[in-house]
Amino acid sequence: MRKFIRKTWVIADFEIRKILHDPTEVLVRAVQPALWLLIFGQVMARMRVIPGGNYLDFMSPGILAQSILFVSIFYGIAIIWERDLGLTHKFLATPTPRTALVLGKALSAGIRCIPLMFIIYILAALLSVHVLWNPANIIGVIVLLLLGAILFSTFSLIIACLVKTRERFMGIGQLMTMPLFFASNAIYPIDIMPGWLKIISHFNPLTYMIDGMRLLMIGTPSGFSLLTDYCVLAISSTLFVLLGGSLYKRVII
Amino acid sequence: MAIIETKKLTRKFGSFTAVDSLDIIIEPGEAFALLGPNGAGKTTAIKMLTTLLPVTSGEAFICGFNIVTQPNKVRGVIGYVPQMLSVDGTLSGMENLLLFARLYDIPSKECKPRVLDSLTFMGLIDAAKKPVREYSGGMIRRLEIAQSMLHHPPVLFLDEPTVGLDPIACKTVWDHILQLKKEFNTTILMTTHLMEEADHLSNRIAFMSRGKLVASGTPQELKDSINKPGSTLEDVFIHYTSETLSEGNNYSSISRERKTAKRLG
Repeated sequence: MRKFIRKTWVIADFEIRKILHDPTEVLVRAVQPALWLLIFGQVMARMRVIPGGNYLDFMSPGILAQSILFVSIFYGIAIIWERDLGLTHKFLATPTPRTALVLGKALSAGIRCIPLMFIIYILAALLSVHVLWNPANIIGVIVLLLLGAILFSTFSLIIACLVKTRERFMGIGQLMTMPLFFASNAIYPIDIMPGWLKIISHFNPLTYMIDGMRLLMIGTPSGFSLLTDYCVLAISSTLFVLLGGSLYKRVII
Repeated sequence: MAIIETKKLTRKFGSFTAVDSLDIIIEPGEAFALLGPNGAGKTTAIKMLTTLLPVTSGEAFICGFNIVTQPNKVRGVIGYVPQMLSVDGTLSGMENLLLFARLYDIPSKECKPRVLDSLTFMGLIDAAKKPVREYSGGMIRRLEIAQSMLHHPPVLFLDEPTVGLDPIACKTVWDHILQLKKEFNTTILMTTHLMEEADHLSNRIAFMSRGKLVASGTPQELKDSINKPGSTLEDVFIHYTSETLSEGNNYSSISRERKTAKRLG
């Protein structure tokens, strides 16, 4: 187990060093959530979508979760890129458990999202969102962020291992992102969804990540309970990492 | 006792047999080159031996470990330099090696000294902190070899180690491979398209054609075997593989080779 954790961390460290060498990627990724908050959020706030509530307060955790989803869901493209480079062959020829390779990569997707989280927190605060700055709450959000990033990036890795080419992956990536986003409580509450979408949203892990983040980031009572949110994300992440570990070698065949 | 032994090793892709009942025995300290035309099955054979590709039938042993039933043990005793690039251009040479030292289970305290020794051995110590994207093609290949040798494996697999390199860079890489073999008595199994490379680096050569082993022996034995005065390894190559010679590879392998050559500058 110690060896597994050590090797997982080596893979994550590999990715973190890349970000430290070239942090522009993190800043560029912050543009999209900024646009959602500054344009979409400001316009929708005038429409009073949330009865008696501030729409920007409601939307900020949703935009944070959306950013995590977008960063993670295209992680598979990096796996295909590494395969084309030859790095994947090299990783697979070392005595490293496949699940440690997958979890390390997934964890690094989450670590990439942490600076993005702080940028969104600051932007939200500048837009007068009532952000909770309590360190315990922030740590709670980071845990949700890591679990969500592990889940979605591993899902992306699994797709990459199955489709194997960048062109096919890009098509499927686009196809996956929007349904996950719209069938969640990111930009509108579950209560106002049509019945069929309500049912789908309950099977969408993004819904649980946003539910927990909304409680910890702005104090909105959880719809499912925080424990449920953590459990759904932890169990589904574990299953996806195990599945990803068994499929990872297929990307080079 | 053989350090690498394959018994009827076979790999099929659908109805196509890429490697057909391959039998090889390699003794410790040997440098063994697999030659053959495009699509002969050389890279597929190496991928099976490095546990990257499942075996369809047959078996193989590296240092006594079965590649099918003990893949993790095999990974601990081999070094592998794939045909494509296997270092990250954003990171420095030192960072690339440090990360792999940890993946090869080298104790934390020994990682840095081992990496510095490897960089010195490969003549890269002055460029240790430079990003790899600033390295020349020959330096990248030497770094990849250093990366594969960090844990001092008894067996090293080199898949076309000088593809895309100019003659001077080739010569430097060859010198370092020979030095490595001498210093650590490493057993080397390599594939190449260059007859000169095989002649220069290996004690024994095997020719593959359509997935099968068609001839093997020392370079001199192979030259003598075709009964042509003053024959070269090119003549031997044509003699044993002429039935299958084609104008080139398929789209994906050509694309891979050209990408590698481009990245190596």
